Amino acid sequence: MIDPNSPDFWSELIEVLLVGTGQTLYMVGVALIVTIIVGLPLGILLVGTERNGLFSSVFGSRALAATVNRVLELVVNFGRSVPFIILMIAVIPFTRLVVGTFIGSTAAIVPLSLVAIPFFARMVEISLREVDAGLTEAAHSIGASRWQIVRKVLVPEALPGMVLGLATTVTSIINFSAMVGIVAGGGLGDVAFRYSYQRYSNIHMIAVILIIFLIVQALAAIAAHFARRLSHART
Amino acid sequence: MISLRHVSKTFGSGPNAVPALADVDLDVAEGEIFGVVGQSGAGKSTLIRTVNLLELPDSGTVTVAGRELTRATDSQLRIARQGIGMVFQHFNLLTSRSVTGNVELALEVVGVEARERRRRALEILDLVGLGSKAEARPGQLSGGQKQRVGIARALATRPSILLSDEATSALDPETTRSILELLGRINRELGLTVLLITHEMDVIKSVCRSAALLEAGSIVESGPLADLIRAPGSKLARDLFPLGDVPPHHGNTVIDITFSGGVADRPVVSQLARAHGLDVSILGAIVETVAGNQAGRTRLELPGPPAANAAPIADLRGQGLLVELAGGDAR
Repeated sequence: MIDPNSPDFWSELIEVLLVGTGQTLYMVGVALIVTIIVGLPLGILLVGTERNGLFSSVFGSRALAATVNRVLELVVNFGRSVPFIILMIAVIPFTRLVVGTFIGSTAAIVPLSLVAIPFFARMVEISLREVDAGLTEAAHSIGASRWQIVRKVLVPEALPGMVLGLATTVTSIINFSAMVGIVAGGGLGDVAFRYSYQRYSNIHMIAVILIIFLIVQALAAIAAHFARRLSHART
Repeated sequence: MISLRHVSKTFGSGPNAVPALADVDLDVAEGEIFGVVGQSGAGKSTLIRTVNLLELPDSGTVTVAGRELTRATDSQLRIARQGIGMVFQHFNLLTSRSVTGNVELALEVVGVEARERRRRALEILDLVGLGSKAEARPGQLSGGQKQRVGIARALATRPSILLSDEATSALDPETTRSILELLGRINRELGLTVLLITHEMDVIKSVCRSAALLEAGSIVESGPLADLIRAPGSKLARDLFPLGDVPPHHGNTVIDITFSGGVADRPVVSQLARAHGLDVSILGAIVETVAGNQAGRTRLELPGPPAANAAPIADLRGQGLLVELAGGDAR
């Protein structure tokens, strides 16, 4: 039980919240970067390896492209269907392999990235599908290579949609990051759990909810701003 | 310059198979503007897209500028495409780039260095009359201006061939005219070979030297317009100069006279009336400039059945005119 009237209450509260916020931002930030690095190419491959896609033949083989497509679809669907709390525990051996430990904020980045990558890949896929096929065709007509088409046509054209997709992805990473207390990942979720659930401090709970809300709100505003600027520049 | 041999393409398979091109042969000579005309669904788009292999034919060969593209490797094909510009009905401009950026894209692909890229893009934008819009976004342009950007992009790599896939079909008549003028100017000034497809006869009439008529995936007629006009029974000539349905003619003779080149300015009808003492009625007439020459068709009604008019008809034919009995009556 925490006593709000104790002289150290507010300074302790602030310290706990600062540490928690810092951990959350650290986990979410790094997981987001990993998610972009892996999820973007994954989304491109998901669309590209389809029939009539940009990579509908891999090393000259249509069958190989179709197989790659099926495997990726399966992996993405699998990744999205496993509940996070289970995924987090299930990937502990992998986390250990990558980070060296499965405890702490850094270790929590692994499951957070793993859950966000398929999600973001789908977002990328959706944005890419919105790009007019005529643009790819025009790029082919000027002799562009597949890599050039991805870099100079598809990604820039799909960027506003991807930015919005990224905002949704961050929100879901923040959401999941509240659960990493289970592997001692810390963060705001852990603060809420330990201080409010276990020690009945409503003030902690309200503060955590407010901070998370502000973070999500700020990110959404930033994303909307960029998406708008990107598509404004186009009309 | 462009040569298609026995090109066939079918979409889908089994009972859903849709044949788009059936054993098409096509030859486009260097420096000419060649138009392929046909109704929608005739296979025009598929045809033009096989030239730069955006559409891979099921069989047949495509040879462009002496290189057989149907045998080229991927990288050879990309290099060949850099020498074949293409413009599209819906322009296909990148919204993520400015007008200049869109033109520069073609040069980036070829690997031209940044400063040179910009210089050439601006130069080409000037050529197509868009110098003042270089920094604009495609979304801020009118349809005609967008198509000029499309043309500039297609010309950026200094290709020897320009393919035009219904480039004016999304434009109003006024803009269509200005874009066609631009294509004609490019053809003359840069010596570009132009292959265009269209469903509008006006386009063929105003810029093409040669044309082909595509029906249900097959080329029905093909050749220089001047020859096609003189060819008896030419569908293209009939479509170029539509005289409408033949009215009921009660035992009289209705003839369609097609004239072109030197005979266009002779007083044919009055001569006919005077020489044969006939009361000639003009049922319809259309005269236009085709491939730089006056050409047209006149529909006349002569009194009496065709047999009675053998002499005046022979006379007209003797003057080098193409005379056809209209209405399908005894020939």
